[in-house]
Amino acid sequence: MRYILIIFSLILITFSAVIGQVDPVVTDSLAPVPAPPAPVTEVAVSDKANDHGHALIIEWKRSLDDGAGSNAVMLYEIFRSEFPDSAFKMVGSVPLGNERFEDIGTIEKESRDYIPDNTNLYYRVDAVTIDPVVRTSSEVYGPVQSYSNWFHKGRVPVLTAVLIFGALMVYFVSVARKGTELYVRPLAGIAAVDDAIGRATEMGRPILYILGLGTADMISTIASFTILSRVAKQVAEYQTELIVPCYDPIVMTVAQEVVKSSYLDAGHPDNYKEDSVFYITTNQFAYVAAVNGIMLRDLPATNVYMGKFYAESLILAETGAVAGSIQIAGTDEVGQLPFFIVACDYTLIGEELYAASAYLGREPIMLGSLKAQDYAKAAVIVLMILGLLAINVHLNAFIEIFKVVD
Amino acid sequence: MKKTTLIIMAGVTVLFLLSWIIKALALEGMQEDYIKKAFLVTFSAFLTLSILSFLYRDNPFYKFAEHLFVGVSAAFWMSMGFWSTIVGNLIPRLSQNLSVFFKVHYIPGDFNFRFYIPVILGLLLLMRLSRNYGWISRWSLAFIVGTTAGLNFIRYLRSDFIKQISATFVPLLVDWQGTGHFFSNLDLSASGQLVMMLANWTIFLGVMSGIIYFFFSKEHTGMFGRASRFGIWVLMITFGASFGYTVMGRISLLVGRITFLFRDWLGFNI
Repeated sequence: MRYILIIFSLILITFSAVIGQVDPVVTDSLAPVPAPPAPVTEVAVSDKANDHGHALIIEWKRSLDDGAGSNAVMLYEIFRSEFPDSAFKMVGSVPLGNERFEDIGTIEKESRDYIPDNTNLYYRVDAVTIDPVVRTSSEVYGPVQSYSNWFHKGRVPVLTAVLIFGALMVYFVSVARKGTELYVRPLAGIAAVDDAIGRATEMGRPILYILGLGTADMISTIASFTILSRVAKQVAEYQTELIVPCYDPIVMTVAQEVVKSSYLDAGHPDNYKEDSVFYITTNQFAYVAAVNGIMLRDLPATNVYMGKFYAESLILAETGAVAGSIQIAGTDEVGQLPFFIVACDYTLIGEELYAASAYLGREPIMLGSLKAQDYAKAAVIVLMILGLLAINVHLNAFIEIFKVVD
Repeated sequence: MKKTTLIIMAGVTVLFLLSWIIKALALEGMQEDYIKKAFLVTFSAFLTLSILSFLYRDNPFYKFAEHLFVGVSAAFWMSMGFWSTIVGNLIPRLSQNLSVFFKVHYIPGDFNFRFYIPVILGLLLLMRLSRNYGWISRWSLAFIVGTTAGLNFIRYLRSDFIKQISATFVPLLVDWQGTGHFFSNLDLSASGQLVMMLANWTIFLGVMSGIIYFFFSKEHTGMFGRASRFGIWVLMITFGASFGYTVMGRISLLVGRITFLFRDWLGFNI
């Protein structure tokens, strides 16, 4: 008889689960309902500091049944409403053991995660057992409001650095503008650019200039534009062919402007060809495939790689080496520098790329900024030594100065 | 095109057609759309081998794969830009009629001028097509370069400057309890006192000499030059380690492709 009852129960469970109308755990209705867990206490909600608003922090003291006992709390669910006693909506949950939740919303009114600023909000935290029905709600906390901050106190070190660096820059730019000669040590890679352009002219072959995969807002791409300007000017003077295949359409547009201006400055605006700077595609390896094809078909005498490069660096540089071109590279992408170093004749390492653009441009702003950077580096060395001394004598106050909150 | 090249091209094409048929026969009964599946596997193998043929030299197969890849990806990004950015994000915020036309969900809301800013800047950028008013496009370019460079300045200063300074604050004498204790508990494991101290000294000296190498307004001579030389050695050793690590990653990519060719295409059980 017992077996018949078990079989009957199983059939019933299966049937009800399939049609989805009856709760599959029929036997549960006969089991005793577990006691609800102890509620969370001391719920406190406050605005999230140092942000643009639309975010609050909810803190509480754990339930006494947190992860313990037969009615153990498995998670905490956080609810929010604009009314103290109704319309609560779950905004998130955290597993047992937690006593904090950040309710970070969006600024977009139409978004589901929108949290209005300067509006009364109410919160409650539910302690939930393994059976989601068995739960205990905390007392409702509120009203509380979120608001935006004008000042991010955690970023004072950044502000200080900006002010010091800005002051240094203004000073050195003004010094450079007055005509004072600012020394920049020669860079082998840059000296080689002139030779490489001369070689291309003698051989009657083009110069291939690759701006990398960076977008127009990246510092390395901006530095590359300056070097391109110098290369294009010299190319215009020597009447050599220049090829600039681009990965990004905006970069292409800027590069066209740069090359056009350089031809104008060189006094050969008529020699500028719109087609010399062209777009290929915004797909990394498709771009590489196309540039490799150019390298082997047009056989440029010189390949210049300046800008942001990723996994394509070695593929490009290796193909260029196979094609017998002189290669000069420069990037601030540390992971790709080894490939350029092994496959290119000259490589500008990291900041040398920025220095090269200042060295070539010889503009007061760039030279002044380079000088300011050198002073910033000297400051870094001094701070490093002070920091080392501080940490070795446990002077934590000094170390805390450099703590930046994101 | 040479006659030999044409013969080779025809031969390879026939070979791959045969491969398609054989693959389809092998998949028949195992999959519903076996002809399509067989074509995709065979064509993928053909394109893989076409790209790899570049190792020999430039050839028509590589050219075909290259042009296909460039064409497809350029078209893909063009359509993605239009359908996801303009149709997907902009139009639902600008116009109900256009939303209906493009069959996208209109997001009702008050008039918001900030959604028109990218439209205006985009249109200004298109002025490049005009011979007389092409200069107007520079306004958009200036906006893009200027704003993002300004934003990046703060970001880099935070992550690459301030945080890096504090990351070099490391104890040079880790857990130091005297010379006797140090030698009696000499441990060469990665978490041992000696190795930790060596690591921290490497960070200190490496960072300092590396920074000295990147001084541009002073000649690298004398003591300064020696420190700079040490800095470039540190950089080169780091690059060497990075090179080896990345080459290992590339080898695994090659293994993935070879596995595809032998297992998925040729059907070897590897």
